[in-house]
This record gives sequence, structure tokens and C-alpha cells, in this order.
Amino acid sequence: MSNPTHGMAPGLRIYLTGFTLALILTAIPFGLVAFEILPRTPALLTIAVLAIVQVLVHLRYFLHLDLKHTPRENLFALLFAAFLIFIMVGGSLWIMFDLHHRMM
Amino acid sequence: MLGRLSIDALPLYSWVAMTGAFVTIAGALSVLGLVTWMGKWRYLWTEWLTSVDHKRIGIMYVVLALVMLMRGFIDALMMRSQQAIALNSEGYLPPDHFDQIFSSHGTIMVIFMAMPFLTGLINIVVPQQIGARDVAFPFLNSLSFWLTAGGAGLVLVSLVIGKFSTAGWTGYPPYSGIDYNPYVGVDYWVWSLVLSGVASTLTGINFIVTILKMRAPGMTLMRMPLMTWTALCASLLMAFAFPALTVAGGMLELDRLFGMHFFTNDAGGNIMMFANLLWIWGHPEVYILILPAFGVFSHVVTTFSGKRLFGYASLVYATIAIMILSFSVWLHHFFTMGSSANVNAFFGIATMIIAVPTGVKVFDWIFTMYRGRIRFHTSMLFTLGFLVTFVIGGVSGVLLAVPPVDFLMHNTTFLVAHFHNMLIPGALFGYFAGFQFWFPKAFGFRLDERWGNRSFWCWIIGFYLAFMPLYYLGFMGMPRRMEHYSVADWQPHLIVAAAGAALILVGIILMIVQLVVSVRRRDELRDLAGDPWNGRTLEWLTSSPPAPYNFAVIPEVRGLDAFHELKERGVAYVRPDHYEDIRMPKNTACGLLIGGCAFVFGFAMVWHLWWLAVISVLAGLVVVVFRGSQDETEYTMSAQEVEAIENARYEQLAKAPRPEFDEEEEVIPGAPLRGGVM
Repeated sequence: MSNPTHGMAPGLRIYLTGFTLALILTAIPFGLVAFEILPRTPALLTIAVLAIVQVLVHLRYFLHLDLKHTPRENLFALLFAAFLIFIMVGGSLWIMFDLHHRMM
Repeated sequence: MLGRLSIDALPLYSWVAMTGAFVTIAGALSVLGLVTWMGKWRYLWTEWLTSVDHKRIGIMYVVLALVMLMRGFIDALMMRSQQAIALNSEGYLPPDHFDQIFSSHGTIMVIFMAMPFLTGLINIVVPQQIGARDVAFPFLNSLSFWLTAGGAGLVLVSLVIGKFSTAGWTGYPPYSGIDYNPYVGVDYWVWSLVLSGVASTLTGINFIVTILKMRAPGMTLMRMPLMTWTALCASLLMAFAFPALTVAGGMLELDRLFGMHFFTNDAGGNIMMFANLLWIWGHPEVYILILPAFGVFSHVVTTFSGKRLFGYASLVYATIAIMILSFSVWLHHFFTMGSSANVNAFFGIATMIIAVPTGVKVFDWIFTMYRGRIRFHTSMLFTLGFLVTFVIGGVSGVLLAVPPVDFLMHNTTFLVAHFHNMLIPGALFGYFAGFQFWFPKAFGFRLDERWGNRSFWCWIIGFYLAFMPLYYLGFMGMPRRMEHYSVADWQPHLIVAAAGAALILVGIILMIVQLVVSVRRRDELRDLAGDPWNGRTLEWLTSSPPAPYNFAVIPEVRGLDAFHELKERGVAYVRPDHYEDIRMPKNTACGLLIGGCAFVFGFAMVWHLWWLAVISVLAGLVVVVFRGSQDETEYTMSAQEVEAIENARYEQLAKAPRPEFDEEEEVIPGAPLRGGVM
């Protein structure tokens, strides 16, 4: 703080990287929708993939999780959460698409 | 200015509803009057309402649960009596009112009776079982309680001002949408659910952290008492499942208020998405209700059999297996919506698999009793009643898990009988057992067993009378939620069911008698040692009721059944040579104030009082900022104060009669039982 030339706190660089990545990952989906670059289904898939990458960016750069330094039990808890989210979201998608298919 | 609120909101449409409103108001006024007459407002405010002590919060949760049990049970009694007389006649309840009653009965019993009851028991017991002085976040605990109370308050207010939902406790759209339900009922339902949903999520997080981070030294995960294990798994379920309910409720409200189309039939909405989200919460919720009760049963069985738990590890793994499986079965609540055979088969099989770990547990409890020296305490009777009755409910559940069978049975009273058969013996009997078991820990004296046993027999016989006819009626094709009917064959069964409900009413009255008798005989029933049942886990090491800090010196755990092990080594009551200062959380009114703001906000949203909604949100935010900027949220209890309390405790211990069950004896098969047996 006192010295402007070396003022960057060690963490700041990480946060800025994360912020830039997050901005890019947000801008692409907006662009896809605003300018209608891709047809419907590929656009939805791209947005879904980017959303997952966005989550990973947040975990890595803002919550400072990585595979080396984070305690095992924290990673385990995260894995558990991911597993449950997979069941809930995956199950809902399966159920709803199945229903949609039969209603058409 | 007044939004939708007008004189029409008063329940002038039926004399029954007016009586309900009158009883609610009279009940509230008599409680307020009693406190004023006894001059206890200051005591109530400083010692209870603003308390962050987990034991006090736990007791307040249980009191809330018992009050709501009365309300929910009166609903049940009204439905049973209506159906008993409503053959080819209208009975005494108009359809609109009957629909409100079954909706509020379900909502209250699940969200505002069972949830507070189990949260209360967990609050009182779990921190003591793991040798902790309080929960990880005491203020958050108080906030959770007051949010729950705010939600319960909304349900009670709906009796007096406006109407409750008529859409059942599951509130499926499109019927719960604005087109079919333009009045306030569904809004009351949604906002009470949202408040308590947020509260339960916070409670879940609080107890996950408490159990994972605050265990006494030496207490590894596989040395945790079963109640702690089930509380941990239930907390994980709460933290992960309740957001689904809160979000589904919030989206339904967005549909209703702002004409969004999440769950409408038109404009891209999908009504089944609501059912999907609701049951993503709803099925884990069943296990949130039942797992802590399983914990209670484990403790009651092992304590009153005088043996260590049979198959501790298998019980732990079964609990974990149930927790994970419970996230993979939710579609069985809507098999009939029209999904393909593959989807239905997957969820049907997953549902049947859940019966396996549950069966493991039942056998573990039976083997724990095998060759034990069983004492038939009231809590043990509830446990035995549970074991027998719950298995019947489980079998009917496996039957319903077969999709083709479900197509025949769904929406009949067979389903009603099934889930009451799970939740009354499974969950409620567990809470009652816990209530009888830990009452001396919370209040310092035991409950009178004779009246407790009489109450148990009324409950269990009443249960069979009330629900076995419903299985039969389900086979006869009677749909649930009938306000009146024209099939004469149904009536005799419904009359028997009503008689069963009346017997349960006697059981409830006997419980009140038990409380009154026990309070009057409290000096005879005093628990001086803090260990009235020869307990095995650490909560029995503290005094009854425990000191604010629970443990003056945190015990060191060397094995499963830590307290039993301390007693065996003869070091359970050794006086420490010195005491240290203890940091304790300060009481605060912030939880109560935020809960109050949330209640006012809910009420304002129900009646479209936008100005009041804005004011209550701002007021709540002010309290949050105030609380966040407080630096001193703890105080120090000096070593002298601790010593004074502990000295009084050791004086009391010296007066305590030596329990007659202190020596462990080898039980020879076939030999007559001595001592200890009632």
C-alpha cells in the first residue's frame, strides 16, 4: 500500500486474473444471445459449458481452492456437493426431457 | 394503503372458522395475560427470548412444536369427524373450509411441528453429546429459531385474518397459481414455507459446522454417538435440500405476483417442474424428519437394555446410505405424471433399495435388546411401538414403490395411511421418546412414568384404529381429501378412524396430565446426579439442567460411549484441581428482531401492503448491520464464577442417591432377571 510501485498485494494479481476470466466468460454468452451467432441448441450447450467453467474460475481464483493446498476434507465436501447437484440437476433434466418427449 | 386487506378478511363465512379464530386469539391473549399477571416479562425477555444458549433455544423449539402439534391435531380431528358423518350429507364443514384444514394440517405437521421438534432435540442434546459448550454459531441459531417462529406465526394469523391455502400441503400449480387461487391462502402458505425454509437451511449449516469442528478431543467420527451421526446427516440433508423448497416457493410467488411463467400451463411454463422441485426437497425432508428419531431410538434402546449398541458401524453406514439414497428417489411422488417406463423403473428400484439400510437398522435395534436387561421406561415403550408399527409402514411403502401398483393406489387413502404409518411411529414417536428421555436433562426432574405409559397406549392403539381402516378404504378406492361422499360402505371404516383420532386425543390429554403431575411432583422426581437412566453418552455427564457452559472442563474421549467409559474407569465425577475462564456468547435481541421483521414482511407480501414490505426489509437490514458492527459479542465467565457453580453441583452430587444399576452384570440366559426391572 505504502509503496506504489510494489503496491500489488500478492493476492491482487490472482483476483484480477479471476475477474478478467469471469468477465470474458460472462461476455461470451451475452454475445451469443445478443447477436444470435449460433443456432439454439449449440448456443444453449455453449452457455451451459461456460457456466460450469465460470464456477471453476470462481472456486480457483476467488475461493482459492486447488488440488494441492486445500485440505482433503474441504475438497471432499465440494465433491459431495457436486455429486448432489449432479443428481438434482441431471435427474431433473432427464425427467423433464423425458416428459417433454412423451408430450410432443 | 391497505392492499387487499379489508373487513372481508375476517372469518365470517362459517361458524367453525370463527371459533378457530376465537380460540387462536383467546389462546394468545391468555398466554400474554398470564405472563403479565406473573410479572415475568423481564425474565422471559432476558433469559429466554433473547437467549443464544443452545439448550434454551432447543426448549423454545420444542415448545413451539408442541403448540403447533395441538393446532395440527385439531385439524386432524375436524377432518376425521367431518368424514365420519359426511355420507350423502354436507357434514359441518363447507368444502372451502375443509380444503384449508387438510392443507394447514399437512403444512403444520411437517414444517411447524416435526421440524421444530427435531431441531429442538438436536439443539438440546448434540452439543452436549460431543462435549461442546455451544453450537458453532449461537446467534445464527437464535435467528433460525425466530425465522421458524415467524413462519409459524403466519400460519396462525391466517386463521384470524384471511384464509389459508386450499391447495394441499404440496400446493401444486396450476391450482395454486393466480388464475385458480387469486386470494391470499397460497401466499400465506408460500411465505410461511420460505421463512422456515431459510431457517432450516441455516440450522443445517450450523450443525454441520458444530459437529465437524467442535467435538471434544478424542472424539473421532466413528466415536460419535448415534444421535450426533443422525443429526449430522439430517443437517446435510437440510442444507442441500431446503434451498429447493425455498426456490420453488419463491418462483411460485413470482408467478403469482409478477405474472412470470415458471409453473403456468401457457407461455412456456411447466407445472410438473414445480412437483419436481418440491419433491427434490420433499423426499430428503422425509429423512430429515426420521433420521434424528432413529438417533433417539438408538440411545433409548441401548440405555434401557443396559448394553452397548449392536452393530454401531453398520448403523452409521446405514444412516449415511439412507442420506445419499434419499436424494435419488423423489420421482416416486409423481409416478403418474406420465414419464416413460425407464424413468419410473429407475426411481421405483431406488426407492426399494432404501428399505435395505432401514432394515439393517431395525435388526440392529432388535439385537441390541436381545439378552439385554430391558427397563420399560415410557421412551422404551414408544421405541417398541415404533419398531413394530414402522415395519408395517415400510412394507406398504415398498408396495407403493412399484409403479404399476402406485398407478392404482395414488391419491387414495392407502397413501395417506402409508405416510402416516411412517411419520407417526417413525418420527413423532421418536420425538416423544426423546422428549421423555431427555426431559430430566433439560429441566432437572424426570417425567412421571405412569401417566406417560398410559398416554403411550392411547397413542399406539389410537394410531392403529385411525390408520388401518384407511389402508382398507384405499383398497376400496376411496380418494383422499374427500369433503363428502356417497359410498355407504366407506362410512363404518371412517367412523372407526374417527374413534382412533379421539383415542389419540386422550393420549395428548394424558401427556398434558403427565406434565402437570410431574411438575407438581418435581421434588420427588428430581435428577440430582444428572444421569437418571445410567446413560452412556456425554450429555449425561453434565448437571441437570446443565450449566450455561455445559462442561467446566472439556472431557477427553477415549472410545464409543464416552460417559460409560468414564464411569467404568471411575473418573466421571472427579473434581478438577482448577477452573479456567470461559468465553460465552452474549444474549442478543437481534435474532428476535430479524425474525419479527421477516414475519411482518411475509404478512405485508400476503396482503400486498408494499409500503410495509419495504419498511420491514429496511428495518431487518438495519438490525443486520447493527449486529454486524458489534465488536463485543462474547463475555468472559470468570474461573471463580465457574467454581461456584461447580461446587454447588458437587454438593448436589453428594446428595444424589447411588443408582441401583451401577454394576454391570453378566446376564445368564434363562436365569431370572434381578433388580433394574420395573
